Amino acid sequence: MATALDKPSESNALPIDEVKGRQSAVAIPDGGYFSDRVEQGRYGPIFPRTPLNYGFTIIAKIKPGTRENFHAYAANIEKAVAGVPDVLDVLKLHTLKWVLFDINEETYFMYQGVFDTDFDKYTEDAVGIFAATGINTVFENLEGFPEDWKSNPQAFIQFVRDHHRPSFMEYAEYSYVTAKEVKSALEVKRCFSTILDNMQL
Amino acid sequence: MLELDDIQHILLTRTPALTGRYVFLSFADPFSGRTWLKEIIATVRSAAAVDTTGDTSSWITAAFTWNGLKALGLDDAALASFPDEFRLGMAARAAVLGDTGHNAPEHWVDGTAGDNLHAIAILFARDAGERGRCEMEHDSLLTRCPGVQVISSLELEATPPFDYAHDHFGYRDRLSQPVMEGTEDIPYPGCGGVLKPGEFILGYPDESGQDYPMPVPEIGRNGSYMAYRRLEEHVGLFRAFLAEHGETPEEQELIAAKLMGRWRSGAPLTLAPEKDDAELGADLNRCNDFNYAKEDPHGYAVPLGSHMRRMNPRDTAVNMKRRRMIRRGATYGSHLAEGQPDDGKERGIAAFIICANLIRQFEFAQNVWVNDKSFHELGNERDPIIGNQDGTLEYKIPKRPIRRKITGLPAFTTVRGGAYFFLPGIGALHHLAGLGDASAATAAPVLEATK
Repeated sequence: MATALDKPSESNALPIDEVKGRQSAVAIPDGGYFSDRVEQGRYGPIFPRTPLNYGFTIIAKIKPGTRENFHAYAANIEKAVAGVPDVLDVLKLHTLKWVLFDINEETYFMYQGVFDTDFDKYTEDAVGIFAATGINTVFENLEGFPEDWKSNPQAFIQFVRDHHRPSFMEYAEYSYVTAKEVKSALEVKRCFSTILDNMQL
Repeated sequence: MLELDDIQHILLTRTPALTGRYVFLSFADPFSGRTWLKEIIATVRSAAAVDTTGDTSSWITAAFTWNGLKALGLDDAALASFPDEFRLGMAARAAVLGDTGHNAPEHWVDGTAGDNLHAIAILFARDAGERGRCEMEHDSLLTRCPGVQVISSLELEATPPFDYAHDHFGYRDRLSQPVMEGTEDIPYPGCGGVLKPGEFILGYPDESGQDYPMPVPEIGRNGSYMAYRRLEEHVGLFRAFLAEHGETPEEQELIAAKLMGRWRSGAPLTLAPEKDDAELGADLNRCNDFNYAKEDPHGYAVPLGSHMRRMNPRDTAVNMKRRRMIRRGATYGSHLAEGQPDDGKERGIAAFIICANLIRQFEFAQNVWVNDKSFHELGNERDPIIGNQDGTLEYKIPKRPIRRKITGLPAFTTVRGGAYFFLPGIGALHHLAGLGDASAATAAPVLEATK
């Protein structure tokens, strides 16, 4: 099985263990895969790990007249996370960015997420979380979104794949670091700070 | 209400067998396959008809690969109603399952990777005498079906001591099985509660509350999928590893426990972190009654990457009710007595993992829990017992003040065979046997005759 440490022959990027935590950039072939390092997931090939780890950029046309729904559900997510901060924990997220934009009087939605694991691994868990938090309803306002997505993860992930626009370059100031590592480092800093405060007594 | 008289017994019953045999078959033509099936059906018991306490001494199960269903003459529309992962088969899904390198299908020894594998006949028997009798009967059946070829067979033998189930490494087995609604089974504390039967048997509601996918009902209803795994256990290597990493017998036992998450007696490290407790290990009312999120979040008792924690992360994962599986099977090969040098003979576990959805349950467990190096963000680990190990990975044992890290973990197991089977209900078996018959009986009257 290809591993993240295997450096694709088509890439000049440094191996992960040499740049972890430091700045690095990776140029990605058109189509999103390094042809000699395609890892197979349960629902198809997995896009390669980059300095940002994993992620996707879904761009899809919204159904006419549904623009307000997106804003309404953004408020829903805000409320859900405020109430249960780890509600999206299963997605292994770093960041999410939702954007609406117009082309030729049609509105498109961009959903860009940065994750610590490929979406393929926790698809079914994500479907459950989406249903529970209302993210699902945003997707249901997209043209072509499968109506049976709740019972058909294959169709759900196919929609994601069909509307994902893979990057051709990704850069990180702190490469290949997981969100858990970031949070752990901040916690260590907080604990040390408390220790130092107590040393003043 | 479960249709117990239409569900093959293996789905719901664990038989008191000490021996057995798996026979892997190929059909030269549909007629041969159906002739074999028509005769073997008479020996296949439903969950309602099975007897594990009386005079019955043998239990038989029949199942088919997708190629086998095709070889029996199932029509294209029905074949197309099965999911892709089953149609492709286990060998074709090797990259997803982590069956690469020394575990790759080209190294399998039993012919199960080939497209000519069509069916399996599973025999579990109470003793060697009964096994021999059944084998003779089946051999006789095969002489009447010249178009049915035996690809390979595997003899099963329990390993001593025989008073409890365990593998060749000595780990107690059969400690945790899911319990489904509609049965009389009562879940032991910590076993995850009662689950909807659709998680394991097709045609019933599952835990999603959504519509459930199923192949055409005349074949799919009361059926299930079985992932077969023949896993060689390298007992000599395992014992040498324990000796290398533990100076005393007590330290060696602790290393063995840290790899599994339980002492070899079955006692979980969460409840017996310092010292083995054999009585606890044998007590099903207590030995699963624990969680991780609050009781052992950092893995000081049960390491985060241990086999038990990967195969059932309990409250440190979500959606657990949708990931459970039923396991049946046995050990094969001769017992290697403690202190004896490895004799080079193959021995191991030959098991069936039964579930309603291979990609969501079995393949998820293999792909994410067993072989994902980033499971629990461990970074460079796979399951220490059944994960794909190539000698470059490590195993971390959390410990205060400094964790212990074992590098270059060897492969204690190797995949020697595997396949995806469909386990039809009794009525579906009759339907399959009757394909091509001008006077094919409908499933219902035939089913009635088997009660």
